[in-house]
Amino acid sequence: MSEFLQQVVEGVGAGSIYASLALALVLIHRFTGIVNFAQGELAMISTYVAWQLVASGMPFWLALPVTLAISFAGGMLIERLLIRPVEGAPELTIVIVTVGLFIFVNAAAGLIWSFTVKDFPQPFPEGSVALAGVDIGWSTLGVIGVVAVVMGLLYLLFQHTRTGLVMRAVAANPASARLSGIRMGRVLMLGWGLAATVGALSGVLVAPLLFLEPNMMGGALIYAFAAATLGGFDSPVGAVAGGLVVGVAETLAGAYVGFVGADLKIGVPLLIILVVLLVRPQGLFGRAAVERA
Amino acid sequence: MSTGELTMHASRTARWARPLAALVITAALIATPYYFAPFRVFQLTMVLLYAVVLAGLNLLVGYGGQISLGHGAFFAVGAYTAAVMLDRFTTGHLATLPVAAAGCFLLGLGFGVPALRLRGLYLALVTLAFAVFLPPLLKRFEHVTGGSMGLTVPKPQPPSWTGLAEDQWLYFLTLTVAAVTLLVVRNLLRSRVGRALLAIRENESAAEVMGVRLSFHKALAFAWSAMFAGVAGCLYTWVIGFVSPDSFSLNLSITLLAGLVVGGLASVYGPLLGAAFVMYVPNLAQDISPAAPGVVFGLLIIAVMYLAPTGLAGLAARARQGVRRCVEHLRHTRRRPEPASPAEQTGPPQPEPQPLTAPPTIGKG
Repeated sequence: MSEFLQQVVEGVGAGSIYASLALALVLIHRFTGIVNFAQGELAMISTYVAWQLVASGMPFWLALPVTLAISFAGGMLIERLLIRPVEGAPELTIVIVTVGLFIFVNAAAGLIWSFTVKDFPQPFPEGSVALAGVDIGWSTLGVIGVVAVVMGLLYLLFQHTRTGLVMRAVAANPASARLSGIRMGRVLMLGWGLAATVGALSGVLVAPLLFLEPNMMGGALIYAFAAATLGGFDSPVGAVAGGLVVGVAETLAGAYVGFVGADLKIGVPLLIILVVLLVRPQGLFGRAAVERA
Repeated sequence: MSTGELTMHASRTARWARPLAALVITAALIATPYYFAPFRVFQLTMVLLYAVVLAGLNLLVGYGGQISLGHGAFFAVGAYTAAVMLDRFTTGHLATLPVAAAGCFLLGLGFGVPALRLRGLYLALVTLAFAVFLPPLLKRFEHVTGGSMGLTVPKPQPPSWTGLAEDQWLYFLTLTVAAVTLLVVRNLLRSRVGRALLAIRENESAAEVMGVRLSFHKALAFAWSAMFAGVAGCLYTWVIGFVSPDSFSLNLSITLLAGLVVGGLASVYGPLLGAAFVMYVPNLAQDISPAAPGVVFGLLIIAVMYLAPTGLAGLAARARQGVRRCVEHLRHTRRRPEPASPAEQTGPPQPEPQPLTAPPTIGKG
């Protein structure tokens, strides 16, 4: 039983990383109605920035906020330079632009930092704490803690500030928001910036577990897709819940389903996506879209 | 839309121009393997092979407005179907083609039905996940697929009566399949299915109101498209004679989509131009640095979306129209030697702002 609980806790740790990447996807989806296929790669390049900062002698806990700030600015810049020019274009155009960004960022990271694997410093202390018969590593606790703090801050931003109110208005009804004098461009830039920040967080937290290399976020992106599909692409709460469920499901499948093992775990998100689409296509927390022709 | 353009073109110029052009192109395609070195012939074979998968992808993305990020995986399924059949059973090469095609069609339907039930980008998510999942799956079933080592299978040998070398025979096989594929895709698009697809791409809600079954037609388009990827994969096994999981990474899927976008979405010649792009550009860029193909592809895709949403094929069409207008202008001025009205400029005619044929939409009602 404690073995099982142990796996669940590990799953929650992994899940909170997927949750933050899924939240990044959901944020952009809510504001622009598209799926940003480059989200994982943006997180990866932010992680390289963090690695570069730490490698040049900055302590991790200073490098983290600096990286997040750089990612925030980067996300805003991408919205302004790449997405704004195709804003009114068909969805397919915007999605292909994000796929182009995916390819470009991936290759650019390889060009700058080479494709060799780098070690990312573990920011949390070694060892573990025993809780109700379960050994929880400080690193797992740390990941959960950092993600929880950031989620809390985002909640406060959206629900208790004027900026958050404006952003919710844009997500709820872009046309009305624009008519009531909200500067849409700024809000969209802010949305992309926030998404890049949350995504960067997932990259920095996952890097010590995986290894730092340009393709490291490929798998995490798929888990995040599964999380967002499960939670509903228009629900931030759903993204977080979905991320946790996907993380636990992945860990348990890897541990207890002999056939799955470590190498086929990547099939779990595919299965989750397919089942959700068959059973409840709008996701657990999403609303079914109703449309007037 | 380009067909309408072409008929107009044909009626304006001499009527024999098109059949003559077709004859010349056919003759050139048949003569090609006799005049080039085996390596060049192999490269052209690969271009034709990629044209098959891109023609199928064009059906889905260009005409259907749905994105697949996993066509490399269907390509792989086709390739492995052929390789396993050749490795395990002593079937002839020709028998592998229909099996690979049918297998991928059914697999495409299996993924397409859940993924295309509702609007949005779910197909892209599902296919991306499938493309990432397939290589480890292939490695797992080592006793069938040969694991990471892959499978080496015999290539089809030319019958002695043809007097052809192996590379020439492979070229003609691929040429035949590619020609049939392009014909089938063209006819599909002109059929009821094609019209339904175009209607869905332009406006889903309107199409539904007109009685088009959305999810049925989208899933069918995806299945067809997956089938052509499987056919191309089967050809790949014939031509290369070797398959391994690492040849079919996510990279292949993304390269294919990139090639199609650069070649030209929703265009007849887009897949051919895109196939040449997929074949030659990575090789050229690889010489600079291993990361260079990605940088080039990424930048090109974004640039194409901004500057020429119809890709190389669209640029070519625009250039052709420009030349035609230039020729007509000259003809026009020769017939009327009196000074042209001030509205007409005599210099090289400015290409009129073309109503930019918008790339396909996943439009919002």
